[in-house]
Amino acid sequence: MKCECMNQQSDLTLLKPVLEQYASVKGSLITILQHAQEIYGYLPMDVIYHIAEQTGSTPARVLGTATFYTQFRFQPVGKYLIMLCDGTACHVNGSTRIAAAIQEYLGVENGGTTEDGLFSFSIVACLGCCSLSPVMMINEDTYGSLTPAKALDILKEIQEKEAAK
Amino acid sequence: MSIRIAVGQGSCGIAAGAQKICSALEPLFCQSDITIDTVGCIGMCWLEPIVDIYENEALKCRLVQVKASDAERIAEAVKSGDMAAVADLMITPEDNSFLEKQTRIALRNCGIINPDSLESAKAAGGYSAIGRILSAENGMTPEEVIECIKVSGLAGRGGAGFPTWFKWNAARQSPGEEKYLICNADEGDPGAFMDRAVIESDPHTLIEGMLIGAYAIGAQEAIVYVRAEYPLAIRRLEHAIAEAREAGLIGKNIMGSDFSCEFRIKAGAGAFVCGEETALIESLQGQRGMPRLKPPFPAAAGYWYKPSNINNVETYANVAWIINNGGEAFAAMGTEDSKGTKVFALTGKIKRGGLVEIPMGKTLREVIFDIGGGIREDKAFKAVQMGGPSGGCIPEALLDTVIDYKKLAATGAIMGSGGMVVMDESTCMVSMAKFFLDFTAKESCGKCVHCRIGTKRLQEILTRIVSGEGKEGDIELLEELCLAVRDGALCGLGQTAPNPVLSTLRYFRDEFEAHIRDKKCPAHSCTDLLHYKIQPESCKGCTLCSKKCPVSAISGTVKNPHTIDQNVCIRCGQCIATCKFGAITVE
Repeated sequence: MKCECMNQQSDLTLLKPVLEQYASVKGSLITILQHAQEIYGYLPMDVIYHIAEQTGSTPARVLGTATFYTQFRFQPVGKYLIMLCDGTACHVNGSTRIAAAIQEYLGVENGGTTEDGLFSFSIVACLGCCSLSPVMMINEDTYGSLTPAKALDILKEIQEKEAAK
Repeated sequence: MSIRIAVGQGSCGIAAGAQKICSALEPLFCQSDITIDTVGCIGMCWLEPIVDIYENEALKCRLVQVKASDAERIAEAVKSGDMAAVADLMITPEDNSFLEKQTRIALRNCGIINPDSLESAKAAGGYSAIGRILSAENGMTPEEVIECIKVSGLAGRGGAGFPTWFKWNAARQSPGEEKYLICNADEGDPGAFMDRAVIESDPHTLIEGMLIGAYAIGAQEAIVYVRAEYPLAIRRLEHAIAEAREAGLIGKNIMGSDFSCEFRIKAGAGAFVCGEETALIESLQGQRGMPRLKPPFPAAAGYWYKPSNINNVETYANVAWIINNGGEAFAAMGTEDSKGTKVFALTGKIKRGGLVEIPMGKTLREVIFDIGGGIREDKAFKAVQMGGPSGGCIPEALLDTVIDYKKLAATGAIMGSGGMVVMDESTCMVSMAKFFLDFTAKESCGKCVHCRIGTKRLQEILTRIVSGEGKEGDIELLEELCLAVRDGALCGLGQTAPNPVLSTLRYFRDEFEAHIRDKKCPAHSCTDLLHYKIQPESCKGCTLCSKKCPVSAISGTVKNPHTIDQNVCIRCGQCIATCKFGAITVE
């Protein structure tokens, strides 16, 4: 019996150039996984199997390495990934209230994705912008000195921009 | 006369809107020979966005908290030379004292030079130290370089404070031709951001420091392991490496000498334990980042089991300065045990948060009150957290502690990488201890039982205490577990994980007792222990609070005092924020 997760059909040819460059370079597994996540948005199970096969490793080792690091995701994420910092400075300055506001507004838990696939929400460790605390990153943009209201305004702005498209 | 307008564009400046200011300024100067320049972070983060005006490379004026809408009047002021029109944007002498009280070595070029320009770095003295070391006439041998670092007394700035020369010497002495030099830029300590600032603002200083280290230990390859969460730092470092390679400063026969060294960046994938050097090496090798048993130390068997040296970003950022100015000049600063300067990331409930570089030997009070300006909203200082999840909280009574590796360790905190998170009276120390244990329990790699399960049990006990279910004996149990985890863990993460609990127990034991015995949170922060009450004599019966309450816990009729049903109340605090009469109190 084959596992359900293997029914996924990712386009593995997209990964070919990455594997050509790194598959035979020792110690490159994390780099390959990072590229794979950039291509697919997350790490689908068939991609994990494919990487294991192409690098002469086992799926268990590849998956074991991937799950060790917080960067890797095993579910598709929304178009906008909200990373709310819960480092010490942000925590002291009220990141918990902002988390509650965002979760309520989007109707998702930590790690969840909205039904329309627009937002994923994740509470993360220190983003290193402590002087702007509380801080969140949406994709690669950083937003600082947040209040619950300000955070929601930023999300609403994105929603409006997307609705206008 | 040359005029340069420098817009601070570190991650923090950009988040505050620096790019919009640049885009607004650029079209206003396209017809002139005045240049708009990108610089990194000056470290005065509370004043971002910052625009500096230089005349003939001398700072003429610094404009702070600038908005894109200010661009036109800035342009007019710069063109006319009369800065009076932007007087309201100029930094106040008081704010400026934040910088004047500092001594900058690691941060010497941050916020001044263009991080994307090798030329700009060279004009500030970049690559002069490696140039001197490699020069044919009066160059330095690797041994002389190590001796100079030894004289300087430079110690690892990542946390442990191990003498840098000793590590370099051990790696140099290790037999073998193939050696590696690694930079730990996996700045994972919550509350520290100096490494990000150095890479974003002055990447060539890091490269030069690493080249000198590689020359000293005899490495042919240098690797920077940097957090993936720092995309801007990675981009600027990639650019800097490419420019340096183009200019013959990286690669074969650097500056025409026999010394060759390759550079590459490896993006970390998010694991706090990878700040531990052997875990970092495992991660570099593409594996789970789990620490190795030491010895052998990396100097003997590191990356691919070859001799390797690992230092932190800030450590390398000091190296070129030491070579140029001599080890004695560096050692002249600081205390007997701790030499030179240290960068601190000052954040939390502080008025002026940012990067502070000061000679060792100053007191915590000087940093927090003289430089940082004290506590926001003039609330009472409660504690400063140093060293992140491996460190501890220092109370007010110890604010005159001198900054020095040994003196700080004696308080139960550590120097760590230099994160200083200031807390005021509204911060609950039990909840802080829980916050750090949540962190370490999550980040424990799982290799040793003491760390994997011990931190989990500590976290559970603390969770129970903050939710009002603490039991008699919990404090003693915490203490016992802390000592077991400290003694039983393999690596620094586990050994130091109990520190936040031990130090808060040491100085704030009464807060733990209040949570357990009286079911009260003295800081009014733990929501499970709070009781919101409406004072009938102050309540006018305006009904605003009952309309605002998300769970309809407030009842009452118009013009009559309202009451809160404690069984329904979720302690969100919205009623207090709504009440115009100050009739609602918290206990």
